[in-house]
Amino acid sequence: MEFLSYLINGVSLGSIYAIIALGYTMVYGIAKMLNFAHGDVIMVGGYVSFYATSFAAANLLGDEPSAGATLAATLLSVLLAMVVCTALGIIIEGLAYRPLRQAGNLAVLITAIGVSYFLQNAAQLLFGAAPKNFTPVVSGQLTLFSGQLRISYVALLTVVVCIVIMVGLTLFTGKNKMGKAMRACSEDQGAAQLMGINVNATISMTFAIGSALAAVAGVLLCSYSPVLQPTTGSMPGIKAFTAAVFGGIGSIPGAFLGGLLLGIIEAMAQAYISTQLSNTVLFAVLIVVLLVKPSGLLGKYAPEKV
Amino acid sequence: MKNYFKGMKAVTKMDYATYAGVILAFVIVSLCQSFGLLNRSVSGMLVPICAYVCMALSLNLTVGVLGELSLGHAGFMSVGAFTGIITSMSLSTTVPNELARVVLALVVGMIFAAITGVIVGVPVLRLRGDYLAIVTLAFGEIIKDIINCLLVGWDENGLHIALNIDGTKSIASLGLSENGIEIIKGAQGASGNDRIATFTVGFVLVLITLVVVLNLVRSRTGRAVMAIRDNRIAAESVGINVTKYKLMAFVTSAALAGAAGALFGLNYSSVSAVQFDFNTSILVLVYVVLGGLGNMWGSIIATVVLYVLPEALRSFSDYRMLAYAIVLILVMLATNNDQLKGLLAKVIPVRKKGDAIDG
Amino acid sequence: MAKKFEYEKGKMVPVPSHSIIPERDVDKSPILECSHLGIQFGGLKAVDDLNLTVGRTEIAGLIGPNGAGKTTVFNLLTKVYQPTMGTILLDGQDTSGKTTVQINRMGIARTFQNIRLFGNLSVEDNVKIGLHNQEAYSMFTGILRLPKYWKQERTAHERAMELLSIFDMQDLAGHKAGSLPYGAQRRLEIVRALATNPSLLLLDEPAAGMNPSETAELMENIVKIRDTFQIAILLIEHDMNLVMGICEGICVLNFGQIIAKGTAEEIQANPAVIEAYLGKKKEG
Repeated sequence: MEFLSYLINGVSLGSIYAIIALGYTMVYGIAKMLNFAHGDVIMVGGYVSFYATSFAAANLLGDEPSAGATLAATLLSVLLAMVVCTALGIIIEGLAYRPLRQAGNLAVLITAIGVSYFLQNAAQLLFGAAPKNFTPVVSGQLTLFSGQLRISYVALLTVVVCIVIMVGLTLFTGKNKMGKAMRACSEDQGAAQLMGINVNATISMTFAIGSALAAVAGVLLCSYSPVLQPTTGSMPGIKAFTAAVFGGIGSIPGAFLGGLLLGIIEAMAQAYISTQLSNTVLFAVLIVVLLVKPSGLLGKYAPEKV
Repeated sequence: MKNYFKGMKAVTKMDYATYAGVILAFVIVSLCQSFGLLNRSVSGMLVPICAYVCMALSLNLTVGVLGELSLGHAGFMSVGAFTGIITSMSLSTTVPNELARVVLALVVGMIFAAITGVIVGVPVLRLRGDYLAIVTLAFGEIIKDIINCLLVGWDENGLHIALNIDGTKSIASLGLSENGIEIIKGAQGASGNDRIATFTVGFVLVLITLVVVLNLVRSRTGRAVMAIRDNRIAAESVGINVTKYKLMAFVTSAALAGAAGALFGLNYSSVSAVQFDFNTSILVLVYVVLGGLGNMWGSIIATVVLYVLPEALRSFSDYRMLAYAIVLILVMLATNNDQLKGLLAKVIPVRKKGDAIDG
Repeated sequence: MAKKFEYEKGKMVPVPSHSIIPERDVDKSPILECSHLGIQFGGLKAVDDLNLTVGRTEIAGLIGPNGAGKTTVFNLLTKVYQPTMGTILLDGQDTSGKTTVQINRMGIARTFQNIRLFGNLSVEDNVKIGLHNQEAYSMFTGILRLPKYWKQERTAHERAMELLSIFDMQDLAGHKAGSLPYGAQRRLEIVRALATNPSLLLLDEPAAGMNPSETAELMENIVKIRDTFQIAILLIEHDMNLVMGICEGICVLNFGQIIAKGTAEEIQANPAVIEAYLGKKKEG
């Protein structure tokens, strides 16, 4: 029973990683860049949602708001976070990354790091360095087996949201015209352009989707561990990036699988091995997997043509 | 004399100019220091600057010369720092001479970082591109976590080492005798260290690092490494053992980072593992990329400027890190976007870059 | 139009079941012997049952339509791909299980169809990298610049200049290899391959992208290289003037299989070759 609760915890944490990893993997697949600022977009999403709910609680809702009104306020705050993050993603891409489309990988990487510094420090100036206590989007827990197994509603919600996003994205990239354009760009940008695909617009769209997902991930992450500060996004960002590589960067099912496995490994390592060394276990598993499968679990291995 | 310089290749001239620049900078700073022209905050920055210059030079060997992106270079610095501190603290009675102790600590730090370099390099160098980068990141984090759990003490019976895996052990579990020294106390790191690193030692280390890196690049070994960077398949076709030379460059780079770490560690009375995390690796990577890949002189300048910049921006107080981020983004855009570069070239007539720098 | 290239070819003598090699090489053991060489990618036999012999100082040609598997043969010879069938003997020694690096040390050097130079390095350094295995000082000798370093570097410099002089490229020594014009890049690749001191040189489309006068000069130089270094050269080329002009033995490949072997005259008259290049004449 104990094992089951750790497992559920791991799946829920893994679902958050998976949602963030999807953002990394889509951007990597299309723009071939490591967007190190992605983790900080999560943090921005968290703050927007935090201030929106606080504002609603203070001004719009009464002293004893009805369940419906609270739900509406929460949903609106998440929606607002998504809109803000989407806009932020498009702005970052347009201002910082687009001018470097022809530049080397490292130049883009360093710029992304600059953007990450910028977001963290701007957040510190705007919102303060002191951690904020985030109110989870849903509270309470499900009690099963006469109290032996407790599952928080947040964990359930996270898993459901992750599955919905996963299915949605698969359908989108498979069937939709924009989705096909994305896949074309990720195969060969030059050829896609010659086929009349607007590469810049497609890349913008990818950043928009990735950032909107980051906002959702931000809200879920802050509900999972309700402390919000300017560096909140860094470590989950790095781990989600690891998850994306783990599953095979550029692959959407890979990001999902990688995120989920990483969450489970982390939860299990914390429970059964060592809290201090849980990251060590996690990274060690990553190293071993990459040595056996150099392109990740579901990545395509393309040997260089001679 | 004039003819002698005329006969030299542009590459060699550039190397000598770099040495001359470093020595000149040392002389000027030392003079300023002896005349009391430097305030405390500037004097305090001298040794860390030297350490970061060495870090940038050594990372440039991996990223610029070998052409592999490493995101875990601070891990080697960490290994060097802590083994250096352990050496210095355990030898404090046996080797009372501070200079001798610093040198010993640097050598030990270098050796241990080199060993770590072999352990990390053998698996890592089999991977390519971004996969290699993420695994170096992973190793950097693993090193940080392990040192965070490390308990080390010294008494007349020798070194006592324990790993605090489940969070139940403390420095007391080492069972040190009465006059034992507690050296590393898990997550708190090492504190109460002797601050024995000096600017002169730092300068000498910079010079040694520079000689190692530049001479390596201009040798048969360096050419093999750069051949692998430029075209792995062609390098194999002319009989270059790719794995061997990749590992050589990587381990040399790790060893130099270890020495830099030891220098850094011996400059502070307390040091903890979180100081050498992913962000430190990134910081050094920024120095290297802004200075120019494979350009050692550029790495030195970029490190000094970017290390001093946040201090110089102090008047902006809270906004200084924000300003730093903006400067970073703008510099990257200005140096890498063709239109902006063209615009800049019109404003500032830049000397055309020869092949001298691309070492 | 390219000036007509005059070259006295050796008389060709058939070697049982393998190939034909020049009369002057018959008494010596062949440098390269492939028998039943083949590789399968999945179900596709990219090269199948390839038997080929190259004489010690022969200039041999490997031709065939696009996609016939010519470059794959080079990749098999240099162990970029490990053959799934057959054997390769280099100077009588079995090469099975060897790596690309070991093959180069055994004496095969090559150039690439899509040029693979060390683009950021100088022309001289590119050649010196070819000389890598003929220098022998350690990393520490290099870092400490011991006398051995200076001595060997001077030798390497002189040797590099000597090799560059084959193509009159000494003046380009300080230039960045990636900034050279296309033709010069192809020539530099040949010089780099020669620097590894091979006994068999594989040239993959050496004349691609060259104009007729450059090609004519290249033909002279290929023969000059063979005569000076006394090595065998096996080349892939689509320029039939070059192939028919300098190759003593020619081997035609189609769909991974040898369809004809012989001298230039024999190949030109062979109906199977004409069919492979131009297609079958419709009946009726």
